[in-house]
Amino acid sequence: MFGRTGRPVAIAGIGQTTYSRRDERSELQLAAEASLAALTDAGLDPAEVDGLITYTLDPADEIGMTRSLGVRDLAWTSRVPGGGAGSLATVYQAAAAVASGACETVVVWRAINQGAAYRYGQPQAGGAFQPGGGTQSLLWCMPFGAQAPATWAALAIQRYMHVYGVTNRDFGRIAVLHRKHAATNPAAIFYGKPITLEEHQASRWIVEPVLRLLDCCLENAGAAAAVITTLERARDLRQKPVRIVAGAQSIPPNVEVISNYYHDDLTVMPEAIGTSKRLWAQSGLGPRDMQVALLYDAFTPNVMKQLEAFGFCKHGEARDFVADGRCELSGTIPTNTHGGHSGEGYIHGMNLVTEGVRQVRGTAANQVKRVDNVLVSSGMAGAVFSRV
Amino acid sequence: MSDATRPAPVLTPDTAFFWEACARGELVAQRCGDCGDLAHPPRPMCPKCHSVRRETARLSGRGEVHSWIVPRHPAPIGFAEPPVVALIQLDEGVRLVSNLVDVPLTEVRTGLRVEVTFAATAGGRAVPVFRRAT
Repeated sequence: MFGRTGRPVAIAGIGQTTYSRRDERSELQLAAEASLAALTDAGLDPAEVDGLITYTLDPADEIGMTRSLGVRDLAWTSRVPGGGAGSLATVYQAAAAVASGACETVVVWRAINQGAAYRYGQPQAGGAFQPGGGTQSLLWCMPFGAQAPATWAALAIQRYMHVYGVTNRDFGRIAVLHRKHAATNPAAIFYGKPITLEEHQASRWIVEPVLRLLDCCLENAGAAAAVITTLERARDLRQKPVRIVAGAQSIPPNVEVISNYYHDDLTVMPEAIGTSKRLWAQSGLGPRDMQVALLYDAFTPNVMKQLEAFGFCKHGEARDFVADGRCELSGTIPTNTHGGHSGEGYIHGMNLVTEGVRQVRGTAANQVKRVDNVLVSSGMAGAVFSRV
Repeated sequence: MSDATRPAPVLTPDTAFFWEACARGELVAQRCGDCGDLAHPPRPMCPKCHSVRRETARLSGRGEVHSWIVPRHPAPIGFAEPPVVALIQLDEGVRLVSNLVDVPLTEVRTGLRVEVTFAATAGGRAVPVFRRAT
């Protein structure tokens, strides 16, 4: 059962393009190629797809996807807000749509090609900025020189550093961990390129005293996709099904997407705490039942705040938790085993989904032994993937 | 004609009152016309009493630094030197994003008491910025 009344649902296939710093393909082509790969992985004919879900920010469009993939008759489309923070809502909404019987086979995707046309890391200001996807309050940042994602995020993170005595060197351990995992993941942009904490500390400030270059996700190109259908249907397909035992979104009062300054306590992520409560309640599981955690990292501090929000450690203790090696492959909760967004690549949360499926299947490049349950979180949304 | 290069604020139907007050040298926030609740950023409906009646409340302009950063790279548009971006917790209880001015970086700290002043923008508008409280 998914939710309180729905049919059990599963991820039947995953797909991705190459991840690279430069790519000549359109986002629509990247989206179509990743989606076709996911359907092929599942052993499904694209004509059978009847649902498509992506982000409000995704440049590929549903009509273009149906025309490219040869979808016969689309019954469901939706788009999720919140940028990367909302990314897992694609999986959640696909699961809910399938569980309800509104449709049978949904492809979720994210295609991104940061290069000549746009780069998320560049400043935007004044009339050129068009708020959308829940970013209206960024208008209150632009005239003050807070004009790019690293700056918007860092302003809230500095409060966390101040209250708990956390330094940028502490964040560096997450960067080192990501690059260590990416170094042994052949699909990663930073395959074969680990870093040391000293190299992290020598990288230039992006936002002082919070984020250095090596704390940031990549500006890159690529696409990832997944196919969600009923568990019953997935059992008859090519791959071992990966069951979605819980899915959730959470947007508590006064929470913003990235200019998240107006809720009471900036040292916590209320949206991730909300997602956490829903996921643990739905699944009957808790942090100790997870063998892998995949946590959205636009920037390294996001990983620490999610470790705390999901109860892997207490508030303010993530610094020591990480320093003690608890997030390593040999640790108590191996985290971002693919290399995260600063190591594998920045597919805006969708490559957390593909890695979660690989870990449950037992096919990850950095495979953790005996994986029954994986937490996949983007903060404002999340899911628990389980072995059938 | 001002030669200021700081980006001008974008005015929307729900926010114009704030920036128009800045041009008069006043720091204000939206106050619910029925229950009196203060809100920043402003919103078209009061989430407590659902009133759409809005008033403009003049604020003291005094508060403290809740958090602060310096955006180093890429350089923000419209600034000769990277500004100190600060989240200001005003004494009336609302927070706003602003800049800390005329405070050496070595003396910038969370909890610093500050007071409002105003800076010109491109296009002849003004925005609230904060200096050390006198």
